Amino acid sequence: MATEPALTAPETISPIFGRLTLDWIPYHEPILVGTFAGIVLGGIAVVALMTYFRLWVPLWRDWLTSVDHKKIGIMYMILGFVMFIRGFADALMMRAQQALAAGGSEGYLPPHHFDQVFTAHGVIMIFFVAMAFVTGIMNYVMPQQIGARDVAFPFLNNFSFWMTVAGALLVNVSLFIGEFARVGWLAFPPLSGSAFSHGPGVDYYLWSLQIAGVGTTLSGVNLIATIFKMRAKGMKLFDMPVFTWTTLCTNVLIVAAFPVLTATLTMLTLDRYLGFHFFTNDMGGNSMMYINLIWIWGHPEVYILILPIFGVFSEIVSTFSGKPLFGYKTMVWATACIMVLSFVVWLHHFFTMGSGANVNAFFGITTMIIAVPTGVKIFNWLFTMYKGRVRFEVPMLWTTGFIVTFTIGGMTGVLLAVPPVDFQLHNTLFLIAHFHNVIIGGVVFGVYAAVTFWWPKAFGFKLDDKWGRRSFWFWFVGFYFAFMPLYALGLMGVTRRLNAYMDQAWQIYFVVAAFGAVLIACGIACGFINFAYSIINRKKLACGPDPWDARTLEWATQSPPAPYNFPENIVVHGRDEWWRMKQNGFKWSTNYQPIHMPNSTSTGIVLAAGALVFGFAMVWYIWWLAAISLLGCIGYAIAHTFNYDRDHWIPASVVAATERKGEPA
Amino acid sequence: MTMLDTPLTGVVEGPAGPDAHPDHHHESATPIGFWIYLMSDCIIFATLFATYAVLGYNYAGGPAPHDLFEPGFVAIETALLLFSSITFGVAMLKAEGGNLNATTLWLVITGIFGLGFIGMEIYEFRHLIHIGAGPERSGFLSAFFLLVGTHGLHVTGGLIWLVTLIVQLRLRGLIPANMQRLSTLSMFWHFLDLVWIGVFSFVYLVRLI
Ligand SMILES: [Cu+2]
Repeated sequence: MATEPALTAPETISPIFGRLTLDWIPYHEPILVGTFAGIVLGGIAVVALMTYFRLWVPLWRDWLTSVDHKKIGIMYMILGFVMFIRGFADALMMRAQQALAAGGSEGYLPPHHFDQVFTAHGVIMIFFVAMAFVTGIMNYVMPQQIGARDVAFPFLNNFSFWMTVAGALLVNVSLFIGEFARVGWLAFPPLSGSAFSHGPGVDYYLWSLQIAGVGTTLSGVNLIATIFKMRAKGMKLFDMPVFTWTTLCTNVLIVAAFPVLTATLTMLTLDRYLGFHFFTNDMGGNSMMYINLIWIWGHPEVYILILPIFGVFSEIVSTFSGKPLFGYKTMVWATACIMVLSFVVWLHHFFTMGSGANVNAFFGITTMIIAVPTGVKIFNWLFTMYKGRVRFEVPMLWTTGFIVTFTIGGMTGVLLAVPPVDFQLHNTLFLIAHFHNVIIGGVVFGVYAAVTFWWPKAFGFKLDDKWGRRSFWFWFVGFYFAFMPLYALGLMGVTRRLNAYMDQAWQIYFVVAAFGAVLIACGIACGFINFAYSIINRKKLACGPDPWDARTLEWATQSPPAPYNFPENIVVHGRDEWWRMKQNGFKWSTNYQPIHMPNSTSTGIVLAAGALVFGFAMVWYIWWLAAISLLGCIGYAIAHTFNYDRDHWIPASVVAATERKGEPA
Repeated sequence: MTMLDTPLTGVVEGPAGPDAHPDHHHESATPIGFWIYLMSDCIIFATLFATYAVLGYNYAGGPAPHDLFEPGFVAIETALLLFSSITFGVAMLKAEGGNLNATTLWLVITGIFGLGFIGMEIYEFRHLIHIGAGPERSGFLSAFFLLVGTHGLHVTGGLIWLVTLIVQLRLRGLIPANMQRLSTLSMFWHFLDLVWIGVFSFVYLVRLI
């Protein structure tokens, strides 16, 4: 490229392979070769087993091409857990490195590699773990809570999922072909610009997030339209379960915030590929504009992750307390307030930029104000438990763990919101401890709670109680061991992303933190063992459609629900409709009618595969491949619109047969 | 986006026709879904406008707006796009009247106006790059090219969609599914017109006075 920076020797770009050469295959790095070998062997084993049990056709027909919101929801959860292993492996590597690399020791990870690890950890955990989890839960639960048969645009839902997968795959490709970015999870310029990062790492970052971002935005559009248009008859907005409300607010945030990310990353891409000057140091660029723009997306993003989890806890608390949620309306309004406020606090991420005392004071105060609606929520949950008959099942355990942990994390957040304090703590491990405190204590605990709570809905049997408790306690205790030392280190002035440090007094804190990470690893292992154990013992753990004596409509269907969810249309009379139906001795009518459902389609997975190839080609400057894959995707999408036959009717007899099968014996 | 059509319970032909069935109690979600999508698109443009506001005076010693923009040229571009919105409106009226041939004719006219607009924009971009005022010249020009170019890409997408829809109309006529697509594209087209009015005012007009 003509604008290639003078810093590097001019790259040779082959017309066929772009800038991809054999030198980019990291066969000299034993860690990567080992990982690669493991993945290949595992992959071969999976392929062999799938072939042996003849699972390829059912997998393709019933899952990959399915537009059923429940299956897509489950696939999002699987994506989240798989990527979680990758992201957590990165975390363990960092903890080990920092536990070792004190007082002149260099540890085992060279800076070049360490920087990729912390970047990949952040990107993967936020975009492909946390986002995949919350999107999966919203997809699975929300349509059933509002008495719908599916989302408003089922094909679009499938396409969104596969675009997320394509983005995730592109990140992982970077592990074995080339390298990943070394610039931190938000890729601040000028470091991430072409002048200082010339390898393919940042380009992998950009294209994988752009591809996944398409999926996220469209999924946001889809779920909002679903809530507005697909609610059962009689369900007013203020009859919706709180989880549905938080889903609505979350997706409004997605639709309002992700376009900013798309635009910002596009600008960085243009800077890198075509020599534009948005964020460069010279020629009229302004790199602080990037920091502003990325946080205008970034702060709402953290609420995109936590709001649905607030909804999860609301459902769990009221179910296991056997009471309607305390202060339903204040809960809804608190969610809405947080939704609005999350757009006026972004500057708290860079008080040190020097915008002046008045600007900092404004953003400091708006940030502290967010603690008010959040506090309302905490008290609502506590008052729901108060005088309830609380059953301490595993989901409730996670909930109490969350309330304690999240409150601590929230308070350190308020500390950071004070600009003079932030000047001391900016970019230190105190900040790292704070946001892990709210993301682990909030989102991760919430995901485990949600999985335990809705697992019987999805599969018809409960998760094992014993392994669930083990997982919780390892996670809970491990979290405090892993992150409390980081608070202390942060107060001592230790900055984030250190590959090595001289002061040996810090080492013991890092060792304790590494011990905490090992405890968390045990918690994760117990979680996976729980899945395996429960699947093996599913006969013993089998339960009815409503094992928790719950309150909302998703528990009115069979477990697992039939493809159409509800055998007949429901009329809703108020909040906690399923509770009311149970009180009235509700029975489904047996006068079944044909049900109208969308067809499966392979278009989503084909388009996403094309997007993946396009992203890869752009990363490596393989222009011919990029052009072909882009044109191919556009052509394929247009061809898809010529198919008008996209739905089918399930005959009444099939509905009747399905419903009989689901009846408790 | 064409992927948004034919929603789950849209007006689609069932065994006994669309409305003859108890399973249909929802109206189509496509209009609101597409409207929400447009709002997200609007935020992309808002970001680009904000960028232009921040970088718009960073000339880096290069040309400034009054060296580059010609009001007459932009006025013709604007007129083309505004006329295309009117002709799309006429096409919609003809479609609601059930007149397929007239609908097609007015859509083709819309497309010609749109093509004229895109042609002028490409000409302007080529000219700017030719005289050394390309996007790599300064922050101001980067912001200019991205904002105007993004709008142009949208219009190009709209044109591809328009051609596709004309073919589909000729194949299947003014069936409900096509009417839905037509009104969705119409929303998109008017939206682009509205964005252009912003571009015309803030990118060109304000910087010339
Ligand atoms: Cu923030």
